[in-house]
Amino acid sequence: MSDTVTFTIDGKEVSADKGTSLLMAARSLGIDIPTLCHHDELADFGACRLCIVEIDKGGWKKIVTSCLYPVEDGLSVETESEKVIRHRRTILELLRARWSEMPRELIEKYQVPEDRMETESTFCVMCGLCVRHCSERKGANVLGFVGRGTERQVVAHEEPALKYCRDCAAENGMECLAVCPTGVVVNDFALSPPHMTPKGTKARPVRARDNENQEEVNKLIGD
Amino acid sequence: MSEVAIRINTPEELESLRDKVISARDPDATVVSVCTGPGCLAYKSHLVAENIEAELEKHGLADKVRVSRTGCHGFCERGPSVVILPRQTCYLRVKPEDAEEIVKTTLVEGGVVERLLYEGSDGVKIELEQEIPFYKHQDKVVFGVNKYIDPMQMDDYLAGGGYRALAKALTKMTPKEVTEEVTKSGLRGRGGAGFPTGRKWDATSRVEADQRYVIVNADEGDPGAYMDRGILEGNPHSVIEGLMIAGYAVGSTEGYIYVRQEYPLAIDHVLYAIDVLRGMGLLGENILGSGFDFDIKVHKGAGAFVSGESSALMSAIEGRVGEPRPKYIRTSVSGLRGKPSSLNNVETMANVPLIIDRGADWYAAMGTEGSKGTKIFSLVGKVLNTGLVEVPMGTTLKQIVFDIGGGMRGGKKFKGVQTGGPSGGVIPEAQLDLPVDFDQLASAGSMMGSGGMIIMDEDTCMVDVARYFLDFLADESCGKCVPCREGIRQLVVVLKRITAGEGREGDIALVEDIAEMMKDSALCGLGQSAPNPVLSTLKYFRDEYIAHIEEERCPAGVCKPLIAYWIDPDKCIGCQKCAKECPVDAISGEKKEPHTIDMEKCTKCDTCFRVCPTKVQAVTKITRAEAEKLGAPRQVEEAGA
Ligand SMILES: Cc1cc2nc3c(=O)[nH]c(=O)nc-3n(C[C@H](O)[C@H](O)[C@H](O)COP(=O)(O)O)c2cc1C
Ligand code: SF4
Ligand code: FES
Ligand code: FES
Repeated sequence: MSDTVTFTIDGKEVSADKGTSLLMAARSLGIDIPTLCHHDELADFGACRLCIVEIDKGGWKKIVTSCLYPVEDGLSVETESEKVIRHRRTILELLRARWSEMPRELIEKYQVPEDRMETESTFCVMCGLCVRHCSERKGANVLGFVGRGTERQVVAHEEPALKYCRDCAAENGMECLAVCPTGVVVNDFALSPPHMTPKGTKARPVRARDNENQEEVNKLIGD
Repeated sequence: MSEVAIRINTPEELESLRDKVISARDPDATVVSVCTGPGCLAYKSHLVAENIEAELEKHGLADKVRVSRTGCHGFCERGPSVVILPRQTCYLRVKPEDAEEIVKTTLVEGGVVERLLYEGSDGVKIELEQEIPFYKHQDKVVFGVNKYIDPMQMDDYLAGGGYRALAKALTKMTPKEVTEEVTKSGLRGRGGAGFPTGRKWDATSRVEADQRYVIVNADEGDPGAYMDRGILEGNPHSVIEGLMIAGYAVGSTEGYIYVRQEYPLAIDHVLYAIDVLRGMGLLGENILGSGFDFDIKVHKGAGAFVSGESSALMSAIEGRVGEPRPKYIRTSVSGLRGKPSSLNNVETMANVPLIIDRGADWYAAMGTEGSKGTKIFSLVGKVLNTGLVEVPMGTTLKQIVFDIGGGMRGGKKFKGVQTGGPSGGVIPEAQLDLPVDFDQLASAGSMMGSGGMIIMDEDTCMVDVARYFLDFLADESCGKCVPCREGIRQLVVVLKRITAGEGREGDIALVEDIAEMMKDSALCGLGQSAPNPVLSTLKYFRDEYIAHIEEERCPAGVCKPLIAYWIDPDKCIGCQKCAKECPVDAISGEKKEPHTIDMEKCTKCDTCFRVCPTKVQAVTKITRAEAEKLGAPRQVEEAGA
């Protein structure tokens, strides 16, 4: 068995190592696929679905997420098929309803309709980058998800937070903040000295930066 | 307890034990089969059983007549169900205080207690279980044995041929032959997707690995469905035997049964059965002298709907959060702990021993071209007879609803049936002749899913139905991926808006955009199938959506903001019933004079509509427009999530 596979992306023939994702293969050709929850140094998560592409496997067509789908011999991949564009537009529309300051670039490129959906900005889009960064790269496991459905939240857990956050922040300027695409993650445990956090709190939701905590955040991230 | 504590080392020893069990039983001896399934238990069937035993004692019949506490008989709606075997006299809606008369009249004197028999809408009483229309049109291949089996009595399962299929598989067939037999039978997974079971086993067995797992999915997250519970509680050995055969076929020594913790009785019965089997050496090392080692662990699950999804279920067994994994690799190749794992539904497993025992050809003779065997449905909603129903694949919806279900309640008109659980679809009256199998349901825009069937009548608003199911799913989505978490949320917003009479131009297109995207792009089956209720109702009942949005009218008269209650002065006889019953005193009028409703006060609780004498029917539901013409204030309900 050979370790490379050959297939096409947007009509171009490509060879790639087995195990490579379609996203990486496309990028190596200079083809741009939008992503939100992908990070080159973190395990892929498949949450945002922005990176969808349409594959054709011997006549059988399917929408898949390119960040997770491994390259395969004989595959034909379209990164901007009519369906991909249509669905990506709707996904962006859903995201913007939670993130009013979403970059205009994508909205304009995909002509995302205005005013169709109910907007309630929570900012956090559950991409899980901060959670994965904290666990995979720092080994700290301070951040995690709780709750199901729309109740889902990213929270900071007290015990590891008190142990790791202030040092991590002092050293590198609160890295979890830096990976957040929306600039939300403010981890109260990292901000306030231990005696300031309400007694008995085991986990607190991360929240958006606001006027009150901006200065402190700036100090931490070294702005 | 008559449980045998001897060790069984060979198939011959198993057969001689079986012979002993059977010959110790008089085939003509009377057995009183008392259903202690969930439905009947709620009506104190355990006391029915106790009282019958006490009465038997009184009459000196305790040695002659055995009372057997069994799992669900099927006709839960008329439970508690008691069947006198072998004569098959079926008593329904039995109360604990009926025990005396049953024992005296039937078991002492040999007669029949007329008042406890099934009575059809024509007033005719039916004594024998198999002649009751609800049962007569069924084919209970898997579920029929429930009434003969006390789940805590291994003897009952053995007497019916239990573990004969296992012995045959272990000693007369190679693993490959077992898999081939199952493939040949055409058995497809009963857990939802209908994946061919033999093919799944084959895939699992082909992966190089030091361990493979076989797992039973007893999560049963669909709130209206309980067939898996019925099987597992009533006949746990059938599932265990299926699991063991699966283990042998794929080359596994460790099986799991994932049961939702909301089914404590099922868990108890399974754990007890496993204990008995270990004691007999039927679980453990070198089973039946074949060299096959196998044991089973039971995992109690938190019972969320999404935990039933295969990768989420395996994560939960591993002790992690029960969330779907975003991997493009089948769990049959890399599942539990990264090992090849074959996951099958409870009902799928219960079919396996039958296939091995009686052969693939016997099995494949039942059903349709693409879907073999039978399927158990949980029939609920506006039909006369509800309960668990088993029919050959290919039985039409009409047969299920009208022959077995006995037609609609209250003489109402059939409108549609939701199949496949909360994320299934609605099938309209025009498709009543649809033969029910995996492919036909899918091409009608619904799915087999769990086998739930909710029958809806003319008083059902289809937009409201879609809203109801999406609302349920909103709480069940794990929240990981955007299409499902945010998509369901927006769908609920729009559907609430439409049912509140605030629908906008473009709402249908918006719903379709979101729904189509979810189908293709959500991470797991939950998000991919969640739009089904909206898409299927839009397909078959689009005019109802349009009536809500464009005419501010709910054709079924369900959506409160779009209806008003009005008393027709020409019909009202002034009986004052409604005025007395109205909880908010919105109705006024002198005795024998036409009454009126104060629409500003009215909370639309429907009380007056219900209490107005059927002969009079003066209380009428009118549309919003009509109400406004009569001077009613416009009631705007808060739309939104
Ligand atoms: C959201 C979701 C919930 C599910 N719930 C169940 C369930 O409760 N029971 C079940 O047997 N299968 C359930 N399934 C299907 C399983 O993922 C899997 O396909 C099935 O257990 C395989 O068994 P089968 O081949 O015997 O059908 C569910 C799937 C999804 C996507
Ligand atoms: S589709 Fe829904 S349930 Fe499945 S992973 Fe996405 S959010 Fe979770
Ligand atoms: S980048 Fe692929 S799913 Fe988010
Ligand atoms: S629970 Fe008794 S008949 Fe179903």
